[in-house]
Amino acid sequence: MLRQAEGSAAVAETVALCRPEVVCAYPISPQTHIVEGLSDLVRAGTLEHCEYMMVESEFAAMSVCIGASAAGARPYTATASQGLLYMAEALYNASGLGLPIVMTVANRAIGAPINIWNDHSDAMSQRDSGWLQLYAETNQEAVDLHVQAFRIAEQLSLPVMVCMDGFILTHAYERVDMPTRSQVDSFLPPFEPRQVLDPADPMTIGAMVGPEAFAEVKYLAHAKQMQALDVIPAVAEEFESAFGRPSGGLVRGYRADDAETIVVALGSVLGTIEDSVDAMREEGVSIGALAIKSFRPFPLEEVRAALAGAKRVVVLEKALAVGVGGIVAANVRMALSGLQVHGYTVIAGLGGRAITGPSLQRLFADAVADRLEPLSFLDMDWGRVEAELQRMADGGRSGPHAENILREVGIVAGGSH
Amino acid sequence: MAEHAETETGERDQRVRFYQVGSHVVGNRLLDPEQRTVQARMDRSNTLTSGHRACRGCGEALGARYVLDAAMRASEGKLVAANATGCLEVFSTPFPESSWQLPWIHSLFGNAPAVASGVAAALRAKGREDVRVVGQGGDGGTVDIGFGCLSGMFERNDDVLYVCYDNEAYMNTGVQRSGATPPAARTANTKPIGEHPGNAFGQGKDMPRIAMAHGIPYVATATVSEPHDLERKVETAIGLRGARYIHVFVPCPLGWGAEPRDTIKLARLVKETGLFPVFEAIDGEVTGVSKIRRRTPVEEYLRPQRRYAHLFGEHPRPDIVERLQAIADRNIREYGLFGDGSEEEVGW
Repeated sequence: MLRQAEGSAAVAETVALCRPEVVCAYPISPQTHIVEGLSDLVRAGTLEHCEYMMVESEFAAMSVCIGASAAGARPYTATASQGLLYMAEALYNASGLGLPIVMTVANRAIGAPINIWNDHSDAMSQRDSGWLQLYAETNQEAVDLHVQAFRIAEQLSLPVMVCMDGFILTHAYERVDMPTRSQVDSFLPPFEPRQVLDPADPMTIGAMVGPEAFAEVKYLAHAKQMQALDVIPAVAEEFESAFGRPSGGLVRGYRADDAETIVVALGSVLGTIEDSVDAMREEGVSIGALAIKSFRPFPLEEVRAALAGAKRVVVLEKALAVGVGGIVAANVRMALSGLQVHGYTVIAGLGGRAITGPSLQRLFADAVADRLEPLSFLDMDWGRVEAELQRMADGGRSGPHAENILREVGIVAGGSH
Repeated sequence: MAEHAETETGERDQRVRFYQVGSHVVGNRLLDPEQRTVQARMDRSNTLTSGHRACRGCGEALGARYVLDAAMRASEGKLVAANATGCLEVFSTPFPESSWQLPWIHSLFGNAPAVASGVAAALRAKGREDVRVVGQGGDGGTVDIGFGCLSGMFERNDDVLYVCYDNEAYMNTGVQRSGATPPAARTANTKPIGEHPGNAFGQGKDMPRIAMAHGIPYVATATVSEPHDLERKVETAIGLRGARYIHVFVPCPLGWGAEPRDTIKLARLVKETGLFPVFEAIDGEVTGVSKIRRRTPVEEYLRPQRRYAHLFGEHPRPDIVERLQAIADRNIREYGLFGDGSEEEVGW
């Protein structure tokens, strides 16, 4: 059924169709509309047999999900940014215990300086937490990935993060083909875990494991993520035949088969990248794009296969590994191990800075001409940076970077770039 | 409940006084079988069964055993436990062994109340109202790192009985101070050096009172020296719904520098001195206190513990002992722990 819907509302309705039995809600922008939507659906009786828990922190939200999942219920929660960091300890615990929890991450920057706008710093910081990470390009895909995520999680007994760009997707009204109750019911069977906390069959979950078996347990977690490389495309294929549209999977190429230059990215920015690719193709530039849909597990083979024929690869990413550079780029490098390909890492869109078509086309033109530095920053205000560096070099005292720069800029959060 | 028990000789109305034999556990044998503790029954569930790796004389192992066996009986064996990280978790579940004979989950140090809430929510969603949920942890996991989750669980009135086994410091990591460590006590990071040896005098975290301030249906304190009292409180708590809290005083021979054989004695003395008020509260109001039978100076409780040795050594600190006595005296006044009624009125 086609609807014009806000991303968060569409996700909330879809999650409700997946019949979660425990929903944990803790407010943090830009995720909040999702759990608000679920509150309405529970109150209205649309979502039945569901406990809606208004917890006191994200750490508690994930902990309640852990208890609920271990007791055999299908839990759901959503978070972003600081909230994801606040639950970090519980994230590792959920994956270590093999609990199939599904969580939406409305991707947002991490402070300081505090910033509520979109980038991927939050999810990237938890890339090694043992959770699967699926990235949505559109609200349609965000909706579809949630239905798939419950299937994938419960099939593998692993938790899944569905990552959707904060504000850009969560607050955007787009046309969405909403799944129906019967479609979801036939795609997603009830959750029937192998082991639960049941007095009829008492078992100990979460025992201490020493050096004699710890590495094996961790390897098994890795092995399960490797299995996910088969499960994710299989579920996507099944989804396509049941719902009649492609969504999810591991990677998706766009005009990439014969491209000399391929731009790699995750999430909603792919739309702007594809428009830029189209514009440059019109001018005869051999350029394409590769969307990475599953960042964990990382599809090394599929990425290698997609990029092997290119002369150069530009990885455009919305997170910065301070002190080294790109995060996605490091993974792409691993996929291209042994191949002679020019690689460029571009950090873009941090803290919600708009990634515009004209900026991308300038960037890609520089890449095609091999005029890019190995690590570059899209639309960086180098004047500001250099002024601050100069001030410090001139013997300026140390202090908060953000405040020093804002003192020069003279405005807070009001700039348009 | 023991007041009108019939003895083996058939004398009617003879009151059994547990303290006649020095230990309430032994006194138990004088009771009619139906009135004995859960712990004394052949059909007890041994929820925390033998073979675990707790230290000799561990008060926490004893407390957990009393509490869970009573809870198992009261819930007819339909019980799930969520455990915080700590001694109780470590000594009971060295993989692949487990001492737990009930469904049991350990997640993290600071989230046992929330995990328990999650289990309770799942059971409610599935219509399993017959299964009851217990969360448990030590004082560090309860009053410090788990405090936020516990307060949230209380505030939402989640259907969980949370039990704190309070041995007054972080014992699992090697005896460091917690928010429940009493003033003047020696721990690894409150050593008896400087002008004010041992832990600082302060407000501490009076968790039972904090729990009561949430207005939850049931709050109780107990010690491992009085299993009848403890078991009755557990039974009461299991009989109620919503958030319930029981704070159990459990001596730690290792951390306190006490003799393993003195665990019960110290648990009794802490109550008899007034340092640890034993009471219960319904909906945030105190409804009953366990009276002091023989008023005892705090010194008698402090001396057998090496964590207080600096108060009685070469350079004794009667001034500090006096301040500790003042705390006990204030508790006695505040809760009405002594007087008003004869010993015979001390019931269970």
